[in-house]
Amino acid sequence: MKQFWKSMLKSPSGVVGLIILLLAISVAVFGPLLFPNSPWRMVQRPFLPPFTLSTVPLGTDALGRDVFAGMIFGARVSLLVGLVSTLVALIVGMPIGAMAGYFGGKVDDALMRFTEFFQTIPSFALAIVLVAILQPSIYSIVASIAVVSWPPVARLVRGEVLSLRSREYVQAAIVTGQSNTWIILREILPNALSPVIVLASLMVATAILLESSLAFLGLGDPNLISWGYMVGAGRTVIRQAWWITVFPGVAILISVLGLNLIGEGLNDALNPRLSREGR
Amino acid sequence: MPKRVLLGVLLACGLTASALAQEPKTGGAINAVIQPEPPGLMLAMLQNGPVQMVSGNIFEGLLRYSPKLEPQPELAESWSVSEDAKTYTFKLRKGVTWHDGKPFTAADVLFSIEMLKQTHARARNNLAQVDKVEAPDDYTVVFTLKQPFGPFLGIFEVGSMPMVPKHLYEGTDWKTNPYNNAPVGTGPFMFKEWQKGSFIRLVKNPNYHEKGKPYLDEIYWQIIPDAAARSVAFETGKIDVLPGGSVENFDVPRLSKLKDACVTGAGWEFFSPLAWLWLNNRQGPLADKRVRQAVMYAIDRDFAKDVIWNGLGKVATGPSASTIKYYTDDVPKYPYDPAKAKALLKEAGYKGEKIRLLPLAYGETWQRWGEAVKQNLQDVGMNIETIATDVAGGNQKIGDWDYDIAFTYLYQYGDPALGVGRNYVSSAIAKGQVFNNVEGYSNPEIDKLFADGALATPDSKRKELYEKAQKILVEDVPVAWMLELQFPTITRCKVKNLITTGIGVNDGFKDAWLDK
Repeated sequence: MKQFWKSMLKSPSGVVGLIILLLAISVAVFGPLLFPNSPWRMVQRPFLPPFTLSTVPLGTDALGRDVFAGMIFGARVSLLVGLVSTLVALIVGMPIGAMAGYFGGKVDDALMRFTEFFQTIPSFALAIVLVAILQPSIYSIVASIAVVSWPPVARLVRGEVLSLRSREYVQAAIVTGQSNTWIILREILPNALSPVIVLASLMVATAILLESSLAFLGLGDPNLISWGYMVGAGRTVIRQAWWITVFPGVAILISVLGLNLIGEGLNDALNPRLSREGR
Repeated sequence: MPKRVLLGVLLACGLTASALAQEPKTGGAINAVIQPEPPGLMLAMLQNGPVQMVSGNIFEGLLRYSPKLEPQPELAESWSVSEDAKTYTFKLRKGVTWHDGKPFTAADVLFSIEMLKQTHARARNNLAQVDKVEAPDDYTVVFTLKQPFGPFLGIFEVGSMPMVPKHLYEGTDWKTNPYNNAPVGTGPFMFKEWQKGSFIRLVKNPNYHEKGKPYLDEIYWQIIPDAAARSVAFETGKIDVLPGGSVENFDVPRLSKLKDACVTGAGWEFFSPLAWLWLNNRQGPLADKRVRQAVMYAIDRDFAKDVIWNGLGKVATGPSASTIKYYTDDVPKYPYDPAKAKALLKEAGYKGEKIRLLPLAYGETWQRWGEAVKQNLQDVGMNIETIATDVAGGNQKIGDWDYDIAFTYLYQYGDPALGVGRNYVSSAIAKGQVFNNVEGYSNPEIDKLFADGALATPDSKRKELYEKAQKILVEDVPVAWMLELQFPTITRCKVKNLITTGIGVNDGFKDAWLDK
């Protein structure tokens, strides 16, 4: 573990990414405490440019709502959707991939055809359809993002398991008569985890982008403010009021960038070949 | 500076005066926006706003209405009313032909009325007082009423009673008739083609019955789904006419300032759209009158007018728009007063039960309005949950009475008997419809006032009855009235004479011409 942190902190991109993520998480967790008011509240005159009033530092939107407050509350929704939907995708994807890789044969065929079925549908289109059918709400958004993002997890885990399955220590476990579940959970998965962690960090970034795109198209949860919603709502007035779109847009950019940097850092830290070269 | 302004005003006046004096020029094509794309063009079966806007140029009614809502001849060249106000005789224009060359006669009128009674809910309602319709000869139609019906001359506009060709529809299955997709009317323009998702093209009817009209060769109704793109299309010159409501309100001031843009709020007098919130009177907290009144006090309607509608329109005082006959503002008032709203909620014993709000999925303006109203109501302690839907989903929920608060706006058609009463009388409660009495309000006194009002003579008696009805309704708050909407029409100034009637763009292109 110590080794991991050491190499993680050695990679500059990982450090920058971590800082960004920590910042975003602390904004999401503590920000709303500083802004007790709902971000939907009309507080000032509409279309107030940024940096004119200290109470609304980033200006107001078309209804006179505080853009800064919207960004703080939006961080909560964006990160929550990103993390939860990735978690759900992992919970769905990992067992499917592990079973396919471990048992092989017909099980593998069946599970992989099922996975491919999802992979052949363009993921964003599928997400739109799912949200539209289920009615936009935070639950349907998380569910649809999870549904479109688990197949890569399954494929990755399958590949890893496939290569680990023939290792001697796994064979040894089989010979000693351990149960399949035990072998998968205790012997194989822990060793297959590093690439999954790297993938997961990138999936969070993708999920944030997906949520923003859905909200941009008006398929966000109407009761929760999110960055994508702010960009979508401000888009039509971008020529009168650039700040409504630009600030949340930049927030999306930075957080997605941060997560990608973390992914890169994790890759450096977790890839044994790379870290050995570093030493 | 003031001098220059004055000069500008003088110049502008001079220009308008000379424009009025100008002889109409013939020729040219106009590009107008239609938003959203209509589901079809058969006006006898579809009555959505965009359907009427396009089809109002293909079909015609017996009459049109001036901005003051006085009847004007269209397919009927004259009309007379009997002494007892029960017999209306229309003389039809001679020499009118359908777009396929067949003559238009009284038989078509009789057929249209029979068809509309089955396909057009509002026409059926409007014709309820008609005892019989007869055609003594090819060019005369006589309506005999069961009893005098004050607003009768107000039901003949093209959207309310379009004339349908008997020879193409009689004996066919109306719903699957191939002419629904290529409608044949008597109007100044003929249907030419429809590239779904792109444009609808109408061309001049060379045999139109008013000599010399129409002046234009073609109308292209462009379909541009995105509001910002519609504004840009006007700015870049691709579009000449933006009918009311086709661009977002915050774009109106910017577009109005363009050098060759002309703006008018006229042309909606006949419809007088009024926006309100359906409040479900049947169940939940809103069944309590005090909670409904609290909703009225809680919502900042001036804010909605100034910010969301960019200052366009007027705060509604009650069930009638101020342009409608017998309107009175001598009713209980509901200024923005959150404290009073809170007190009323407390008195009614409201304990934070969840209230579902359905915004109208008609674009940005309505979405923002939904957000503002939600915030207003939350500020006084109501627990509001917004339900996101599309237009069809919203209609379904409203029709099934599966809502607590829902946005809408409806047309009023000039007379309380035609456009107002239907929303409050208990006989107009029916599941599955998105207009008429959706809120489920039922008050025998109101039923009687509207029933008597429609039939009473003289006018002063009707006035008295309707004013009383307005007072009771505003006290009871069956729905929460928001704004009298104003939809400015933006055109290029070279488009002349587009809006000449109280129906506006909806039947407007027959007089329009292009100054080149």
